[in-house]
Amino acid sequence: MAFTSVNFLIFTGILIALYYILPHKIQWIILLVGSYVFYFFAGPRYLAFLLFTTITTYLGILLMFRKNHSAAEYLQQHADYSKAEKKAYKAKVKSSNRAILIVVLVLNFALLFFCKAMLVEPIRSSMQGNGTLSFLTLGLPMGLSFYMFQSMGYLIDVYRQKAEALTNPFKLALFTSFFPQLVQGPISQFEDLKETLFTEHSFDRRQVAFGLQRMLWGFFKKMVIADRIAVAVQELKGSEYTGFAFFILVVFFAIQIYADFSGGIDIAIGVAETLGIRLPENFLRPYFSKNVAEFWRRWHVTLMEWMKRYIFYPITVSKPMLNLSMKAKKKLGRFGMRLPIYIGSLLTWLATGIWHGFNLHFIVWGLLNCFVIVISEELTPLYQKFHGRFAFSNKRGYDVWQIIRLFILINLIQVTDLFENVGEYFRKVFSLTYTFNYHVLWDGTMTKLGLNTADYVILLVGVVLMFLVSVLQRKGSVRKQMQKIPRILRYVILIVLLFAVILFGSYGIGYNASAFIYNQF
Amino acid sequence: MQELIEILEELHPEIDFAECEDLVDGKILDSFDIVTLVAEINEHFDVAIPVGELIPENFNSVAALWALIERLDEE
Repeated sequence: MAFTSVNFLIFTGILIALYYILPHKIQWIILLVGSYVFYFFAGPRYLAFLLFTTITTYLGILLMFRKNHSAAEYLQQHADYSKAEKKAYKAKVKSSNRAILIVVLVLNFALLFFCKAMLVEPIRSSMQGNGTLSFLTLGLPMGLSFYMFQSMGYLIDVYRQKAEALTNPFKLALFTSFFPQLVQGPISQFEDLKETLFTEHSFDRRQVAFGLQRMLWGFFKKMVIADRIAVAVQELKGSEYTGFAFFILVVFFAIQIYADFSGGIDIAIGVAETLGIRLPENFLRPYFSKNVAEFWRRWHVTLMEWMKRYIFYPITVSKPMLNLSMKAKKKLGRFGMRLPIYIGSLLTWLATGIWHGFNLHFIVWGLLNCFVIVISEELTPLYQKFHGRFAFSNKRGYDVWQIIRLFILINLIQVTDLFENVGEYFRKVFSLTYTFNYHVLWDGTMTKLGLNTADYVILLVGVVLMFLVSVLQRKGSVRKQMQKIPRILRYVILIVLLFAVILFGSYGIGYNASAFIYNQF
Repeated sequence: MQELIEILEELHPEIDFAECEDLVDGKILDSFDIVTLVAEINEHFDVAIPVGELIPENFNSVAALWALIERLDEE
């Protein structure tokens, strides 16, 4: 059941109605049943994976909870223990909890590895040939990566005693399977999501309206912009398009991937909002970043946060790394001290790349990101000197230059996504330095990409709208700002947006491709 | 606590650490800074900060970070 399908709209409509009509006490049960129905329609045989992750996470949490509970009782009964004895006992409990954690993590990541290698990779490769963006395949099969990351993150937080242990298996099942998140995230932290997921919600007209508006904006981005420009991106991938034509591909792809991915997230967050449930933001106006590290704090935020909390930190603050840091500092100074950070970054980016798919171009993507971040980090003292010396670098114009520079740089890296052949990718990148074919803009090439003049006008209006909304977001929620304008004008804007989706929504290649993904299972 | 402030000032000389209370939430300290701090604290105070404690609440202000160091030292 794709977000952009009529079935999804019917399903969501029925769910919202039941959610508010039936007794509020059972709202979370309705969500649980609804999520499993959603999952069942997507592919019943993959329910086994969801159940496997849910059951193993539950058992892990329950065992740790019981151990911690009995340990607390034991220490209470032995209040006369010395500090050292208490410490030794706590270490013993922690060590047995660690064993439980490792078993559950290994079981789940082995399953993920198996699924990615055996089931997903052949499908992903064939879909990429059809022009499907790789992030759309990240959750395959049916959200496995997303619900698994969310569950494993929660399990680790319980082990670290930073999250409450949920002992109700059905509530845990809801946390694992909450349907808006299954397709492409966002990945929630338990402590954040529990605030609204398990509580009772009365019908709030404004909140439901806000949720629907957010969904509408997501449909606009996905169907009017992303699915339309996808046709040109597919064409521009061809080997004959080099130099400036490749640069156009980079810009078009930047628009497509942002509109598609953030549009899908808007729909997920919007659906949850109609139910009174708050999901974390996943995109914080990323194209306004000034450097690659900042970009990755604003793009796919919840995944990067997950990677930081559960991969980067554990590696970099481990004992061997701290020892390395101390030794290397003595010999190499500042760089030496930061060596563990760079090793941690490298491993984290490699893991992120491999998670995208078992293919060289994803590893290249991860390494390029890591390389640029490390180089920027090492050059920081030089930048600071530069900013201190040249006053113009502190002015607004320089900020705009940094934003444009980052936009080009990051999207040159992002576009690796389109080229399974890494050699072809680098050939195209280098062609920027010697092929100055600006004439592609006016020699008719642009009209041969599968887009006509009307499509370009729609895209231009759509991109300008996305830009304006992003600018407005700097002052807070755009929907709240819209409340301040006259009601009639607000309705006109929303109706125009709705008709834009209905009339200009691309129901061609993109639509079929989306349907294709989910029909696989 | 003065020694801790000096470590922080070496990372970000432009910040008034005594006053600031949103070091992580205000995007002053990033993950690289936090790992550097953990290494420095380990070296200067002989306190190992466990990975589970690397949360914004513990790093948002000098006072919070100092409280964390003292708590871990006690344990």
